[in-house]
Amino acid sequence: MTTSIEAFRSETRDWLRTNCPPGAIGPGEIHSGSTKMSFQADTVAWLEIMADRGWTVPMWPKAYGGADLSLDQAKVLYEEMAAIGARLPLINMGTRMLGPTLLEYGTEAQKLRHLPVIARGGAAWCQGYSEPGAGSDLAGLSTKAVLQGDQFVIHGQKIWTSGAQNADWMFCLVRTDSDAPKHQGISFVLLPMDQPGVTIKPIKLLSGSSPFCETFLDGAIAEKSDLVGKLNEGWAVGKRLLQHERSGQGGLGPGPVRSRPVGVTVDLELSEVLARYVADPQTKSSQREAVLRWNMRNRAFQLTQARMGQEVRDGKTPGAATSMFKLYGASLAQDKQSLTAELMGCAGIGWEGEGFSEEEIGATRSWLASRAVTIYGGTNEVQANIIAKRVLGLPD
Amino acid sequence: MQTLYTDDQNQFRSVVSRFLEAHATTSQARELQETASGFDQAVWHQMSGELGLVGTHLPEAYGGFGFGMIELGIVLEEMGRRLYCGPFFSSAVLSGLAVAELADEANKIELLPKIASGEERVALVLDDLNQVEGIGHQLMISDQGLLSGTAPMVIDGLSAQRLLVIAGSATGLGLYQVDKGAQGLSITPRVSVDQTRKLAEVVFVDTATQFVGRVSPEALNRFWDLASVALSHEMIGGAERLLEDTIAYTKLRVQFGRPIGSVQAIKHRCADLLLTLEFAKAATQHVSFSLAAGEEEKHHPSMVKAMVSDCYRDIAIAAIQLRGGIGFTWENDTHLWFRRAKCSEVLLGTAGYHRERMIQSLGGQDAA
Ligand SMILES: Cc1cc2nc3c(=O)[nH]c(=O)nc-3n(C[C@H](O)[C@H](O)[C@H](O)COP(=O)(O)OP(=O)(O)OC[C@H]3O[C@@H](n4cnc5c(N)ncnc54)[C@H](O)[C@@H]3O)c2cc1C
Repeated sequence: MTTSIEAFRSETRDWLRTNCPPGAIGPGEIHSGSTKMSFQADTVAWLEIMADRGWTVPMWPKAYGGADLSLDQAKVLYEEMAAIGARLPLINMGTRMLGPTLLEYGTEAQKLRHLPVIARGGAAWCQGYSEPGAGSDLAGLSTKAVLQGDQFVIHGQKIWTSGAQNADWMFCLVRTDSDAPKHQGISFVLLPMDQPGVTIKPIKLLSGSSPFCETFLDGAIAEKSDLVGKLNEGWAVGKRLLQHERSGQGGLGPGPVRSRPVGVTVDLELSEVLARYVADPQTKSSQREAVLRWNMRNRAFQLTQARMGQEVRDGKTPGAATSMFKLYGASLAQDKQSLTAELMGCAGIGWEGEGFSEEEIGATRSWLASRAVTIYGGTNEVQANIIAKRVLGLPD
Repeated sequence: MQTLYTDDQNQFRSVVSRFLEAHATTSQARELQETASGFDQAVWHQMSGELGLVGTHLPEAYGGFGFGMIELGIVLEEMGRRLYCGPFFSSAVLSGLAVAELADEANKIELLPKIASGEERVALVLDDLNQVEGIGHQLMISDQGLLSGTAPMVIDGLSAQRLLVIAGSATGLGLYQVDKGAQGLSITPRVSVDQTRKLAEVVFVDTATQFVGRVSPEALNRFWDLASVALSHEMIGGAERLLEDTIAYTKLRVQFGRPIGSVQAIKHRCADLLLTLEFAKAATQHVSFSLAAGEEEKHHPSMVKAMVSDCYRDIAIAAIQLRGGIGFTWENDTHLWFRRAKCSEVLLGTAGYHRERMIQSLGGQDAA
């Protein structure tokens, strides 16, 4: 076992060193799979050679575009990528959220239709969950789908749809039985974004970064063959997908975490900015203590993640416990941004233009954007409710 | 020393409040933040002329109203509530206080009436807005009496009609004034998170100045104290408004068939924030009462700025969190206060800085 994993490591290392294009190393662009965006040549090249090896989704079966790697092998792959600073070749809601859900709930035909396209980076997906009236109370959604022949005809409105403007497909929760109790009348469907029944309207974010959208569904069509799970049993599917989303956000499972740049190992505790401020003799002892406390929490969090990771070696998502990691990981990320911003003092309020370094503006924008991590994927309050109910078994 | 606002002071607040209600709306703030000067001339004239607000805290002998920190605090709280955009804080508060505290008599006679009447909008150029100890290290007067150096952030530096500068020299710190047209002076806008308060970088290269007064370390610290308390009042106003609006939202927004404000987790968070706010407000107002009575304690201003910085930021964070997705949009007004909270948190020193400063004025020493 040890020898074979070491052999795998050296093979992987050699291959990566030979094949990773320079433009895929260090901070920079990552392919989203969108057919509506253009990417730099090296980004595309990197995606293509990695997809050829099934390494965009290394643990998926080969039949669906993966490489059938074990958890240990996948870890090795990511470690070796990190060692040379290689970015992920592909990152989107297809690889992280829909893919794993389809592997579990999809029919063979659905897997064959969608997974290889996702694995190759041939489509970007967006998440049609939230509605104006259904956020935390997601199961209160009212977008209606009616089965007509072989198609669902969908009417309703989704909101906060991240990346809808560049998405090719949407996975969507719809109400298919209005008379049933709210969790029992929901179905999970897949629909293409480019059709007359789908209109999107961008919403500008407070952080000034890429928008999310309102998505209007007026007679939008989803093929009956794209119903995932059984009719009216979509809530279980949708919830499962949320667990995949949260485990990504909480840093569970193998692979580099979205919020952690590839190339930064888990042991590097301080960001460059924080490290500099800690070294600065002007920094007060109380501020040093705050940085230290954050680092202790972060380290303990990572160790807990690692232990949980060991406990679920079969590669399954650890159910409701994902909420614990989502909750704590989100707070940690926010606290780090706040701490950085506070240490920077007046240098930490730059928005754009001259007078602030790129790093300073980056830190300020990250700090603003970090406000969202305790909201998306289910708010921190909702995670706490899930922990209380599903992990602790406390009554409603 | 008074411990409550008097009837007159309450009445004064309602006058200010009515005026700002009409002339400082959120939609105006949204429009003004897109402009270079960031303020409305007509409103400024009305505010300074008809109402005389600009001279609220400046001595009567120099054309002011002769009120003190209590009334200034009232004006600023009302401004903070509404995100008033304009040179009140830069000209009336920072420059007004600098002249009143640091100028010699002849210069008070020359400058204060102009500031108090609002006729001249004066910006105070400080080379450090993070800590009082940093002032006068970058901006220096040469032996030939010429000013050189950079102030990276000057509030309303671009729109001001005159600049006051605190600069170092071989003989110590001094307050100087510089004409906007002076040689070697360049002013460039700086875009911060909070566009409702305009910042500019100000650079001097061998610029001629006029001496306004000598600045002792004690006087400089007192100025910093007063400015910090004034800013704290503005922040309290903003924090209070934001919390009110947030609580109102939790009563309206329905999820799971009930207003989110009926959920215990939300109730508790709001209750905790109310306590934080009430304590910070009590402390801030107490400091102004004691300043007015000449009974202040040295560490109080820093205590207040530290409490208020944390309080406004925590309320602003909750204001976004408790709104969910809506709170994260540009259209929703919450982020305007959120941004103001952030900038105010660091202007004139963060909570961490002020806690250290407080310890030092209590006789302690930084162990670091
Ligand atoms: C940047 C960003 C990207 C997003 N991307 C997507 C996307 O791609 N697709 C998608 O479908 N959605 C997306 N969302 C939406 C996100 O999932 C919702 O915003 C979130 O679930 C909260 O719903 P809401 O906004 O309606 O807030 P509400 O549900 O109205 O919540 C308001 C406040 O009340 C609290 N609350 C509500 N109910 C309870 C309760 N029972 N107990 C305790 N507290 C409660 C919440 O925690 C929150 O603080 C995104 C959101 C953001 C900010």
